[in-house]
Amino acid sequence: MSLAVEIASWALILAGSFFTLVGALGLVRMPDIFTRMHAASVTDTAGAGLLIFGMMLQAGFGLTTLKLLILLGLFLFTGPVVTHALAQTCLHEKIEPLLAEEPAAAD
Amino acid sequence: MRQISLLIVLFLFWLALSGHYTPLLLSIGAISAALAAFAALRMRILDPEGHPIEWIAGFFLYLPWLVLEIGKSAWVVTKIILNPRLPISPTLRVVKAGQRSAIGIATFANSITLTPGTITVAVNGNELTVHALVREGAAGLEGGEMDRRVRAFEGRAG
Amino acid sequence: MFIAATAAILMALSLAIARAIWGPTVFDRVLAGNSVGILAILLLAVVGFLTGRPAFLDIALTYALLNLIGTLAVLKFFRHGDLAYDVEERKP
Repeated sequence: MSLAVEIASWALILAGSFFTLVGALGLVRMPDIFTRMHAASVTDTAGAGLLIFGMMLQAGFGLTTLKLLILLGLFLFTGPVVTHALAQTCLHEKIEPLLAEEPAAAD
Repeated sequence: MRQISLLIVLFLFWLALSGHYTPLLLSIGAISAALAAFAALRMRILDPEGHPIEWIAGFFLYLPWLVLEIGKSAWVVTKIILNPRLPISPTLRVVKAGQRSAIGIATFANSITLTPGTITVAVNGNELTVHALVREGAAGLEGGEMDRRVRAFEGRAG
Repeated sequence: MFIAATAAILMALSLAIARAIWGPTVFDRVLAGNSVGILAILLLAVVGFLTGRPAFLDIALTYALLNLIGTLAVLKFFRHGDLAYDVEERKP
């Protein structure tokens, strides 16, 4: 494997680890459920995506890369579904989101 | 047409996951792909929504922009999380989706949810209730770049 | 490099588990549980590369599918108190 690819995959995997860690940190730091969802989606999209791209560069062209691609596609398609279902259920259960100011017109 | 394409996609999926190419396993894969396609046909889910071949080209043109956007907003959210003062200003806001079809609106809503910092909380017709981590996050959505791009993506499917 | 990624994911896992234990509402715990699932998938993939056994990816794929179904099932249960809830039946 050429040196450039090695360095690129290093950078991608380290960046992915960083975003994963930041997302989990946000999960602990954020004050309410809706803001925690924003933090969790950093892990879901940026962290997972960068880690998987880094691993794809390591694996080279083959079946492993295809499987990683399927895994990434699964994340991109199911992530929003789960987040939206969770947010909708929270509103349905009358959990008030923490807001910076009162909404202009409640309908 | 749609059945044939589903059959091919399912068989390719089997090939990708199996990794063993002996005649026995290949024939088992072909049979299970055929069974799954037949089941989809019987369940009447083989419509433009269930197996959207018209949308593929537009989707791959839309995807790179979305990935870039996810990266940018992930970096914004990262800076907020790592800031010791935690400068958040959560906002709820109603955004009008400019798309015509159900798939277009679903794509727009899912793109909003997928980018860190904004979540679609509720969908009512073409009105999306969006929760944003910072006030500026929701402001750019209505009639913004993403709305325009999803409409272009929708237009390509015809 | 994979060791660094593994360490980062393990640290993130412990933070997510802390939120799952701490989280005041059920939904905080569901969110934390979903994050734990995603981190476990990433951990499976990374450990597969670390030990040179990419076959772990198959397990990660299966787990990704199960994670989605599991989270949605838990959410449905807490929203309706019933997994066999049918919207058509209950309409007034």
